[in-house]
Amino acid sequence: MIINHPLLGARDAQEFTYLGDASLIHRPDWQGEDPSGQFHDYLYLRDNPAGQHRELWFHEVGDRSWLVVTRNTLTHEITNVELARDVARREGRGK
Amino acid sequence: MLKLKSITPLGADEARVDRFTDLTITEVTERALVSLTARNDQADAIRDKARGLLGIDLPDIGDSAMGNTHSAFWIGPESWMIDMPYSGNEYLARRVKHAMGDSASVVEQTDGWCRFDLEGAAMTSVLERLCNADSANLAEGGVTRTQLHHLGCFLWRQKDGFAVIGPRSSAASLHHALLQAAQSVC
Repeated sequence: MIINHPLLGARDAQEFTYLGDASLIHRPDWQGEDPSGQFHDYLYLRDNPAGQHRELWFHEVGDRSWLVVTRNTLTHEITNVELARDVARREGRGK
Repeated sequence: MLKLKSITPLGADEARVDRFTDLTITEVTERALVSLTARNDQADAIRDKARGLLGIDLPDIGDSAMGNTHSAFWIGPESWMIDMPYSGNEYLARRVKHAMGDSASVVEQTDGWCRFDLEGAAMTSVLERLCNADSANLAEGGVTRTQLHHLGCFLWRQKDGFAVIGPRSSAASLHHALLQAAQSVC
């Protein structure tokens, strides 16, 4: 499988490690309301779609950036790759 | 008083050189390495500071900048490796951190890596057998990190050859892989 890295171009998937659902970017605030409930959902509740899936990949033996990859779990077709940093910033997370 | 004696990443007193028909593999030791990563929204600030400290512009993606004795190469988003002769720069990390202040994270990398320089007509053929990187089309100064013998290694195109910079703790494995590929080609 080839992942089109936004900065480095086409790279073999063996250079990456897979973390899972891209919703893991949304780590709950441990000082917010009901943090244990929120962390339970964050850790254990995942969608398992047959089709388009946004997921986190780490370019471990490359430039060590985190990517959000949109992949079809049925065909492995990759339709979009973004830096996770850009995704997080777009969602208003400046830190 | 302690009498400490330094050894090379391959565990010897002297840096190793392996010569083949069309290839020379040279273990390079006397280099000091420091990584430099911009903190949030500080990339422009550290570019200015690096220009003042090193006299070179921090390079763009997949590239390197060469000074007289030192250079910097791109290792990740807003992250670079600074490379200098070890002699005279034993406290390079401290010096870089002092110049960068809170705008960057600076990490001493010298003993984390080993380096093998490949020179000769067969160098591209050897690298093609070892990794996915398009070494034949890597322009002078170009640098990329890729998987070589299951190890994350930087591949850095120099004027006359390639520098392969890999994890020091796996120096012997990396050296073995280079020798094996060289033996099959040369």
